Amino acid sequence: MTGKKSMIPYFLVLPSIMVLVFMIGYPLVFGVNLSFTNMNLYHFLNPQYVGLKNYSSVLTDPELYTTALRTVIWTVINVSLTVAIGVCLALLLNRKLPMKNFFRVLLMLPWAVPQYIAVLTWRNMFQAQYGTIDIIFNKIGITNVAWLSDPFWTFVACIITNIWLGIPFMMVISLGAMQSIPTELYEVAAIDGIKSWDKHRHITLPLLKPVMTPAIVLSTVWTFNMVNVIFMMTGRTGDNETQILVSRVYKDAFTYFNYSKAATFSVIIFAILAVFASSYIKVMRSGEGVYD
Amino acid sequence: MRSEQFNKNDSLGKIIFIYTVLVIMAIISIYPLLDIVKISLRPASSLFSTDLSLIPKNATLKNYYTALFVRPYFTWFKNSTIVALLSTVLSLIVAVFAGYGFSRFRFKGRNIGLLSFLLTQIFPAPMLLLPSYILLRYFGLIDRYIGGIIPYIALTVPFSVWVLKGYFDTIPQSFEESAYIDGANFFQVLWKIMLPLSIPALGVSLLNTFMATWNEFVTANIVFTDTELHTLPVAIFNMTGALSADWGIFSAACLVTAVPVIILYIGMSKFLISGLTLGGVKE
Repeated sequence: MTGKKSMIPYFLVLPSIMVLVFMIGYPLVFGVNLSFTNMNLYHFLNPQYVGLKNYSSVLTDPELYTTALRTVIWTVINVSLTVAIGVCLALLLNRKLPMKNFFRVLLMLPWAVPQYIAVLTWRNMFQAQYGTIDIIFNKIGITNVAWLSDPFWTFVACIITNIWLGIPFMMVISLGAMQSIPTELYEVAAIDGIKSWDKHRHITLPLLKPVMTPAIVLSTVWTFNMVNVIFMMTGRTGDNETQILVSRVYKDAFTYFNYSKAATFSVIIFAILAVFASSYIKVMRSGEGVYD
Repeated sequence: MRSEQFNKNDSLGKIIFIYTVLVIMAIISIYPLLDIVKISLRPASSLFSTDLSLIPKNATLKNYYTALFVRPYFTWFKNSTIVALLSTVLSLIVAVFAGYGFSRFRFKGRNIGLLSFLLTQIFPAPMLLLPSYILLRYFGLIDRYIGGIIPYIALTVPFSVWVLKGYFDTIPQSFEESAYIDGANFFQVLWKIMLPLSIPALGVSLLNTFMATWNEFVTANIVFTDTELHTLPVAIFNMTGALSADWGIFSAACLVTAVPVIILYIGMSKFLISGLTLGGVKE
């Protein structure tokens, strides 16, 4: 059938393409259009074009740059720590060890908990005075951490929660990759008298790279776009100084109904992501057989 | 004895170190769950207790009763089920057709089509949410099940298409060709040959789609504004919103909701992990 000219493939693919066009392509165009209007709750049915007014107000607002910087910090810290901890745990589990399956299941648990429940639970644990973390901190004599009232510490709380959520994915992916590395490689290294740490540096890590690269890219995108953790941790009216770009858009749009400003923010985020995406595609293409 | 259970050359100190790290990390990873167990069992009078013991004094199941029967838990449960089930079924149908088309046919626009599915993974929901919301509002779909189902299909179809297409690629075409020679039509081949052979990929797509929609908050929060239509994530989030949040009832509702999901996830974890290598993270 391959290569036969017919309409069948188009009928097969059409429904999915229609979904993408209507729910992704069209909203994208619509969103760009929105960013040139004064659409908000008062002008919902009769928005007017205001030219570049939204852009000039968003781009001259220093908050855009601090929020963008916070987003970069958020993404870098989260991704690097989840990768580091995930790979280390996988190294510990990828050896002969009684009860390692028991530990593997326990360590995977955060992955299985619905994300919103996990975040809200962490939020409860960070509560002042009656939250578990504050109780423990008070017991060891640290009393000046205002977890959910100070924007900085709220942000730290979000990062802790997000890392907790992200570790199992990295652990599972790297453990899978490690188990596919032939043990002969390590045996040869052992015969050559290579130390354990050097073995990991010269055998494990290089062989993890092809698996970890796409996982890291994916996790970067997920982290960059993480609304759940920040929105739920800070609530509907959370402090602007805790928001990352996407959660800021979400709040502007759906708490304050400032649609055109949120749309402008979205377009700017889109531009940032487009730059990232082009490098992503390069990475994907470097692996062979994407299309076959 | 030791040489059989551990790696050769592992000193006692190293083994103790490994177990210490694993135990600490395991405690961190399960503690939040234990914390909600503890709070859910607390009687209302000691909600603001600083006691850290796992089973509180005067433990009571009253919070569970309130969460399930005083609050409209089962209405929310019904909403979540309807939305997740319909989204999953529709999304899978769309994805099976697309996956089959992309796997078995070479046609004009195929590469662009595949690439655009990949790109949707990079530009996910949050930034499309506002325009989608306004469109849904224009069409009067806010506060209707369908208003959540349509975005969910768009959200989940790309992953399933990639998983299914990747799996279909591994099935030899000779199976289908002999069926065509025997006079089977296109749908019979898809239904009776391809799908039974693709159960692992179908399972992964189904589980992923159902879990993603069952647990989805960001879209549901804006589409289902009517309390009667709240899905569980929105309802549970709103329990914590007010100043007078009752964490006991909240925790009970969380546990009832989370435990089946956790069991399903852990039980299916091998399956899900194979799905990650099957699809999204393949190349």
